[in-house]
Amino acid sequence: MPRNETVQDLQLDEYKYDFVTDAEPVYRARKGLSEEVVREISAYKEEPEWMLNSRLKALQVYESKPMPTWGGNLSELDAVLDEIYFYVRPQDRMEHSWEDVPEEIKDTFEKLGIPEAERKVLAGVGAQYESEMVYHSLREEWEKQGVIFDSIEDGLKNHPDLFREYFGTVIPTQDNKFAAMNAAVWSGGSFVYIPPGVHLDTPLQAYFRVNQERMGQFERTLIICDEGASAHYIEGCTAPVYSTESFHSGVIEIVVKKNARFRYTTIQNWSNNMYNLVTQRALVHEGANMEWLDGNLGSKLTMKYPSCYLVGEGAHGEILSVAYSGDGQHQDTGGKVIHAAPHTTSSIISKSISKGHGRSTYRGLCKVHEGAHHARSNVECDALLINNTSRTDTYPYIEIEENDANVGHEASVSKIGEEQLFYLTSRGISEEEAMAMIVRGFIEPIAKELPLEYAVELNRLIELEMEGSVG
Amino acid sequence: MSDTHILKIESLEAKVAAENLDILNGVNLEIGKGEVHAIMGPNGSGKSTLAKILAGHPGYEHTAGEVLFKGQNLLELDPDERSRAGIFLAFQYPVEIPGVSIANFLRTALQAHLTEEEELDIFEFSDMLTERMSMLEMDISFAERHVNDGFSGGEKKRNEILQMAVLKPTLAVMDETDSGLDIDALKIVSNGVNKLTEEDPEMSILLITHYQRLLNYITPDFVHVMVDGRLVRSGGPEIALELEKDGYKNWKNSELVSLSNEPDIPKTA
Repeated sequence: MPRNETVQDLQLDEYKYDFVTDAEPVYRARKGLSEEVVREISAYKEEPEWMLNSRLKALQVYESKPMPTWGGNLSELDAVLDEIYFYVRPQDRMEHSWEDVPEEIKDTFEKLGIPEAERKVLAGVGAQYESEMVYHSLREEWEKQGVIFDSIEDGLKNHPDLFREYFGTVIPTQDNKFAAMNAAVWSGGSFVYIPPGVHLDTPLQAYFRVNQERMGQFERTLIICDEGASAHYIEGCTAPVYSTESFHSGVIEIVVKKNARFRYTTIQNWSNNMYNLVTQRALVHEGANMEWLDGNLGSKLTMKYPSCYLVGEGAHGEILSVAYSGDGQHQDTGGKVIHAAPHTTSSIISKSISKGHGRSTYRGLCKVHEGAHHARSNVECDALLINNTSRTDTYPYIEIEENDANVGHEASVSKIGEEQLFYLTSRGISEEEAMAMIVRGFIEPIAKELPLEYAVELNRLIELEMEGSVG
Repeated sequence: MSDTHILKIESLEAKVAAENLDILNGVNLEIGKGEVHAIMGPNGSGKSTLAKILAGHPGYEHTAGEVLFKGQNLLELDPDERSRAGIFLAFQYPVEIPGVSIANFLRTALQAHLTEEEELDIFEFSDMLTERMSMLEMDISFAERHVNDGFSGGEKKRNEILQMAVLKPTLAVMDETDSGLDIDALKIVSNGVNKLTEEDPEMSILLITHYQRLLNYITPDFVHVMVDGRLVRSGGPEIALELEKDGYKNWKNSELVSLSNEPDIPKTA
């Protein structure tokens, strides 16, 4: 059967996308973080004065904040940060058509398995190679509708007022140490604007990868979904394996205005030496709806808690997340919902799978502010342990300042049961396939929300990770 | 009846793997092609253990004796290998597999029964599944539900029969299939089994049951009584009627010793 063939052909724990292309970076800042590096980045990008000042201020904030002592183990991170490059630029200019994209980079996309047909059908594939967009196309009808889907740099250049109005308003520089770091050295990412009342049926997709050894990636994405509009943004990343530590710290800011709907989907599959510390947050206005769909695989440590700040009456926020931790990996993930207006509703569904010595932590916050009467929230977190050595912890923080809030929390921990395995194997299914089947079933509530190609990819990644679980 | 046996159990002894608790104390049984056997017995007599040992449940361990299935040493095979060899266990308590649809589960199972070169045609499978479900008078939407997740007792048992109908085993071991069913559900399940035996008269069945009532709907060729891990009496369907009248109490006293000296193995024609 095809699935078994796949399982046998590929080596356990060998990273699926472990290849490197020879594209020579044109410009590379020196190792480590300093004011000089920040000034160089800003000058190189020909940024306005206010942005340079914003970066420099962010650098001060970053330096003034202590390394977090909660969450995952960051004790070795300082040494890692001294050794990485904070900016790498592969090319001098943005490419405007597919033909202009260099062969080597096309080759990388080829290996990532983005099919030719899909590139055409899924218009607006902004692929981030190293630190910047090299290929960015937007379907014509979207342009006609006034949709902006740019690299973050072009967003700043071409739409300076809109950019400045929202940049840093959802996640201010002072928010946390890594948000400050990102604000100082950000590079690459998307700028998206959906005008009022515009409905996009086809998702906006950005596919990017980190390809330079010891290179940090600090993508910054700013999305504004204007009143009554609706859209879906999909980001998938994958990175090749290197022996030294790697670092990724992104900031995603989303503004969902009155009665708008927005969904942000990420499937991240970092290589096993990656620190992945991401801040992503949405401001959800009156009657608006925000959904985060978040899949975390790979990395050495991921700390990521997509958040919905429900600031308008009747706003709704939803966070669906799935995390997979293999040997030596720690996924410290979850979600935050802040109810700051009446009649706001939210839901968090978090599923984690831990294998071998892997560790998954659910860390979540549900806060209902005074005045946010009739708030409703439901949190469900389920952990699946594959081996006796796997570990899971749950930290659900709940802070309620209103008497009539309706807040529910359910947590479950299960192990793949002997009875389940026996039931499936007694029908002729091999033990390995039976395990994969149970795991696929476990994440089905989340996988079914993904576009088909991503659901297939997620299942396939988990199958590869599950190899060798038997015995 | 055929004189060649499909299953031959000889002096089988078994225990719970984690404990030193003997449950089977020397079971002898032969099942021929196309025969329907019923094993009846009180609670704790070892009936279900026998079913689990035959299917390879990891919680039980055989300690003596042997089991030949189509001439092959069954006990050295893994559960999935036993299934592919043609054994099917209808579970007393079917297990829930959340998130996995029945259709997907059955397709995976059926594919596993094919050789590596053969690939199950998705359209042929879909047609076959529709046909099987209509034969068992099941709604096709049932196939999209998650395996046993939130099913009623009756739905779980019907799902077992559906799996049996799709996998078409040589020997189906049905472990207390009647337990927890009301009379209507019992009729539906028994009808399903009867249709399958009509369709394939060579399929052998081993029914394990506490109660006689199942045997009103599925007529066995042979009935065996199990007490304390041994088959203490074997004969035709009339034994079931005797049990219904007198219960198991007669088998639990000193008569047992003399009875257990009778031959366990049914005399095949």
